[in-house]
Amino acid sequence: MIDREQVLHVARLARLELSEAELERMSEELSGILEHLDRISALDLDGVDPTSHVVALENVLRADVPWESLPRERALEQAPDRDDGAFRVPSPQA
Amino acid sequence: MTTENGWRQRYEPVIGLEIHVQLSTRTKMFCGCELSFGEQPNLHTCPICLAHPGSLPVTNEQAVRYALQIALALDCEIAPRSIFHRKNYFYPDNPKAYQISQYDIPLATAGRLGDVRIHRVHLEEDAAKLVHVSASGRIHGSGSSLVDFNRGGTPLVEIVTEPDLDDPATAREWLQLLRTTIKQIGVSDVNMEEGSLRCDANVSLRPVGADALGVKAELKNMNSFRFLERGINAELERQAALLDAEEQVEQETLHFDPRSGELTPLRSKEYAHDYRYFPEPDLVPLAPTEAMLSEARESLPELPASRRERYLAELELADKQATQLAFDADLGAYFEAALAAADGTTPKVIANWVTGELVASLREAKADDADPASSRVSPDALAKLAGMVERKEISTGAARRVLATLVAEGGDPTRIVEREGLGQLDDSGELEAIVARAVESDPEAAARVRDGNMKAIGPLVGFVMRETKGRADGGEVTRLIRERLGLG
Ligand SMILES: [Zn+2]
Repeated sequence: MIDREQVLHVARLARLELSEAELERMSEELSGILEHLDRISALDLDGVDPTSHVVALENVLRADVPWESLPRERALEQAPDRDDGAFRVPSPQA
Repeated sequence: MTTENGWRQRYEPVIGLEIHVQLSTRTKMFCGCELSFGEQPNLHTCPICLAHPGSLPVTNEQAVRYALQIALALDCEIAPRSIFHRKNYFYPDNPKAYQISQYDIPLATAGRLGDVRIHRVHLEEDAAKLVHVSASGRIHGSGSSLVDFNRGGTPLVEIVTEPDLDDPATAREWLQLLRTTIKQIGVSDVNMEEGSLRCDANVSLRPVGADALGVKAELKNMNSFRFLERGINAELERQAALLDAEEQVEQETLHFDPRSGELTPLRSKEYAHDYRYFPEPDLVPLAPTEAMLSEARESLPELPASRRERYLAELELADKQATQLAFDADLGAYFEAALAAADGTTPKVIANWVTGELVASLREAKADDADPASSRVSPDALAKLAGMVERKEISTGAARRVLATLVAEGGDPTRIVEREGLGQLDDSGELEAIVARAVESDPEAAARVRDGNMKAIGPLVGFVMRETKGRADGGEVTRLIRERLGLG
């Protein structure tokens, strides 16, 4: 079971503001996910490496050759706000 | 710092460094956008470094090569297989809301540089640049930030040391050694002012003789060697005062303001150390092949530590001089070039001229920029000059005058000696005649020297040097004066 404080903590890290109803729903859903993980943890997995990747590939590398970047206008097209060629966002220090 | 050293009887500093190095690849870590510095904002972005949905990162081969070179230069063990992790945090300098970094299996571990053990070396990507505009600035309303993604995604190598440093000055010297080492490899500009070399310090105190580590504070933003030393000093003073007052040192992150010398805690909201790392599913593991490793190993140049050893053992330079030439990349390169041009001149003589007279006269000529490589004195000319002095073709005094001319206008020392008539006086009859005149011209000084006051010989030597335009050898002049006065 995940408690209310933990949900609030995770929400804070994700910069999310949750209503009371959302908080309750999240607690239930996250608890369900964690219970499922508990079931996996209960298996005897000694000697089984954690799976970090599902494809058996290594060293997929790219040559250090520049490509053409986006025109700035295009890059800024979907910016919620902009100024002087830069994305403008609410100050995280505010 | 009024209490300086008082607490050092009671506490011992424990200092570890965390260094970020921007690699000088052509493109970013995970996309082909070109690296830039000081350009207009957001000219180098693409769907990958802007984190558009569906875009996928691909690792830059050259960044891996450079990181391997650094790890090998630091004598690290390379992980046979390392993986990338996502370091999750929400901040506008990172559009993905995570930084691609390495976590529990870094590229390399367990190295050493000089007296300091290296804990780990790993690859990651740089964040974008934020410019905060206050409410009172030109932007209306509450404060906002401007984001420039040009820097976002620049390849970084992070180097973490063990807490093996116990003194701010030593920390500074060690960072200089690291900087020279990386500069020598040629994989980064390692410029602290421009941010291609950044250093954080973990600082704590413990009672003298104790094994357990004290609570540490993390110092950020020390963007020069001087600030690093000053920042650590300030933090040690602060912690010593707390411990003396029997108060707790909090584990916190502090920002050093070089202007005021003040340390301010960063607000926890901005610095939540809760990154919920997990393996980056979009990037496959790095497993350096034998070919990749030997290529990286073979492309390493001679590094400062071994260069210093060679200067001590083979060239028989003094300890301090060997260190200076080996740890200062520019000066070292100049010395190497002079050595290569030298024709049988003793390396030690050349080293003396490089670290002594040359550096001094360049500094005198232009206070701020004393880099010999950009001066008019070619390594070739300096080697020639040192050779002429060693073979006693010119006196040291005359050589200084030649050097002054070289600094001002460059050229060939042999020509300058001819042009200005600075060749050594080898006709001892001529020199003896001048010595005789010197003694006659100042009977008072001569009498004092005769009575055993050797300080009084100065004006007599000065007379001879003036008359010979500095061409005479100082030792020889002193010998002749003493002989003349019956002190032989
Ligand atoms: Zn890009």
